[in-house]
Amino acid sequence: MSVNYIPRRFTVIRDKERCINCGCCVRQCSNECHLFADDGKTVISDSNSCVACHRCVDLCPTGALRIEKYVCDYRENANWTPQYQQQICRQAETGGVLLAGMGTPKDYPVYWDKILLNASQVTNPSIDPLREPMEIRTILGRKPEKLTVEKKGKSTVDMPPQVVLETPVMFSAMSFGSISLNAQKSLAMAAKELGTLFNIGEGGLHPDLKPFTDRAIVQVASGRFGVYSDYLNNSKFVEIKIGQGAKPGIGGHLPGEKVSVEVSNARMIPEGSDAISPAPHHDIYSIEDLRQLIWAIKQATGNKKPVSVKIAAVHNAAAIVSGCARAGADIVAIDGFRGGTGAAPVRIRDNVGIPIELALSSADQRLRDEGIRSRISLVAAGSFRCSADIVKAIALGADACYCASAPLIAMGCHMCGTCNTGKCNWGIATQRPELTKRLNPDIMYKRVVNLITAWNHEIKEIMGGMGINSIDSLRGNRLMLRGIGLSEKELEILGIRHAGE
Amino acid sequence: MKPIIAGIRGYAEVNDEINGRFLSENKITVTDVNGQRYLGCALEKGKTLEIEGTAGNDLAFCLNGGKIILRGNGQDAVGNTMGGGEIVIHGHAGDALGYGMRDGSIYIRDNVSCRGGIHMKEFKDMKPVLVIGSSAGSFLGEYMAGGTIVLLGLGLKRGEKLFGTHCASGMHAGKIFVRGTFPKENLSPNIKITNLTQQDRKELEEYVGKYCRYFDADHDEIMKKPFRKLVPETSRPYANLYTAD
Repeated sequence: MSVNYIPRRFTVIRDKERCINCGCCVRQCSNECHLFADDGKTVISDSNSCVACHRCVDLCPTGALRIEKYVCDYRENANWTPQYQQQICRQAETGGVLLAGMGTPKDYPVYWDKILLNASQVTNPSIDPLREPMEIRTILGRKPEKLTVEKKGKSTVDMPPQVVLETPVMFSAMSFGSISLNAQKSLAMAAKELGTLFNIGEGGLHPDLKPFTDRAIVQVASGRFGVYSDYLNNSKFVEIKIGQGAKPGIGGHLPGEKVSVEVSNARMIPEGSDAISPAPHHDIYSIEDLRQLIWAIKQATGNKKPVSVKIAAVHNAAAIVSGCARAGADIVAIDGFRGGTGAAPVRIRDNVGIPIELALSSADQRLRDEGIRSRISLVAAGSFRCSADIVKAIALGADACYCASAPLIAMGCHMCGTCNTGKCNWGIATQRPELTKRLNPDIMYKRVVNLITAWNHEIKEIMGGMGINSIDSLRGNRLMLRGIGLSEKELEILGIRHAGE
Repeated sequence: MKPIIAGIRGYAEVNDEINGRFLSENKITVTDVNGQRYLGCALEKGKTLEIEGTAGNDLAFCLNGGKIILRGNGQDAVGNTMGGGEIVIHGHAGDALGYGMRDGSIYIRDNVSCRGGIHMKEFKDMKPVLVIGSSAGSFLGEYMAGGTIVLLGLGLKRGEKLFGTHCASGMHAGKIFVRGTFPKENLSPNIKITNLTQQDRKELEEYVGKYCRYFDADHDEIMKKPFRKLVPETSRPYANLYTAD
């Protein structure tokens, strides 16, 4: 056996007093960390391939298992950290581009944690959301330039198509292929019950999701997988995927081994073939070309569907969003660089793009300055961990938020970051039937519904505290925000004052 | 029924008129077309749209089984994301022809520009076919994941090449039939040149037969020159690109 130069990451600690050798962990671990010893009876562990997904820990009937970070000190070096050394060894071994799942784990500033919310005291009294009406219904779509009404007060404006959501939280794009059909179904069922939308990603629509198409956002990406006219017409809105926060400037590549019969049916490609979706749409080289595709989709859907454009938050995001608005997009989704992914090159994920907080605030400001804010709805994406993050995003100018990691965590994800391996023990980021069957949509959708229902309550509480009873009054209301420990420049970009000001 | 005259009217107006007429008619002619976009967008099976003039970008976007006959030239993204049907162009076409086309066929009498047949893909009995009478620009069949391209090279001028550089870059399925001499130096590394099988010849015969019928070309003259087949060497050109972090 060759030396692999890399110490293991975790150690599985088995409490021999508690372990009853039932073999549950052996059956549960797709990474094959647990096995029966030669006697065929005693369960032992091989920690080398452990990813700390906690499947064995959570399912062990006697609580005999624990995962520990494996500590093996290198000589102290703030520059050559163990992580960089290990990554070099991996690349030296394989010659491959480093690939990982989930959003960046690096310690970049999270501006949500440096923004504080306001509450009313004495003046403009706070509202108790449990006993007073509190509106969080969100309506997405292009708004008319001005309203005209006839004598009786009825609007005479030709209203562009609008989408009504009962919560500002939507589920972001995750394709069938990157996640399992059961995971998609759970989100679809949750979206239906919550009155919000789920995004099927760029991997086409599986027939099992047809009953949920009135809650579905469908994507058109450069590979055009599964895109045909019925697909566009059976949706709530259509999203042109330009970029993804976790990998700006990089396309999608679903390797052939993940293209099962079912995935192939949804994507409309042969089983086992690579699904390549490069970064550029080769019919879009400019804002004018983007306009062309937006209007092609509108023509193909009889102008009945709003068209969204999803971009990654990059340095010029504000100008690009303005361009998208002028190109005819009804909705623009900005995906911050902390956003999740099923697989992204590590160097891209950890180094390219900007935080959603800064991209969102600058885009909203730019649209206001140009007098075109009402032309589009802004959807923010890129890691919302709790309801307070959502409230802050709306106050910074978002109409709604896309969440993906949070609902996945509700379904069992433990952020082990190995979605790319296709061995997800929780049945989420895998296509192996023995693993996907572990995720029961009838149970899991309820957990997602619970999570968003709880967030809705919290959003209402926070709004009530501010004396605001409609989410429309919170939108872009930056007076409700104050920065803490931020520089002048950061405050300027966020368009907020410092705490105490 | 009398034809629709496009003239200098905007595409939305022209398309609305076309769509309105298609509610009660199955065959419509539009004349004096001057670059109006999105003509024949998502046209259904059983409907035929005849166009005279120059059709604008995204002609027959998401074509859904309908038939388009264009007497004139096409611009960019003809048959974009086409799901079935047939497009016959009595002239040439621009960039990104048949982008992501999944089924149906496109016949172009003359040449096409860059990235023809990009992202063409096949699925079960959906097999897209793209027949080009003359030459193709760079990146022909880029990312091609299925289907067939036929490149006839008719009427090439002296020194003119059958296809431009980076031909079939990223191609991982499907096939390209080329007639006569072609610039091997313009092929991408993953591509190999093979002879046609019996089955290939049968297919080719069908496509060439149709081309001759549509454009009144000489079948025997076309078949006089030898055909070769371009196919990807591996269906997984990027299989070993990554390593887990």
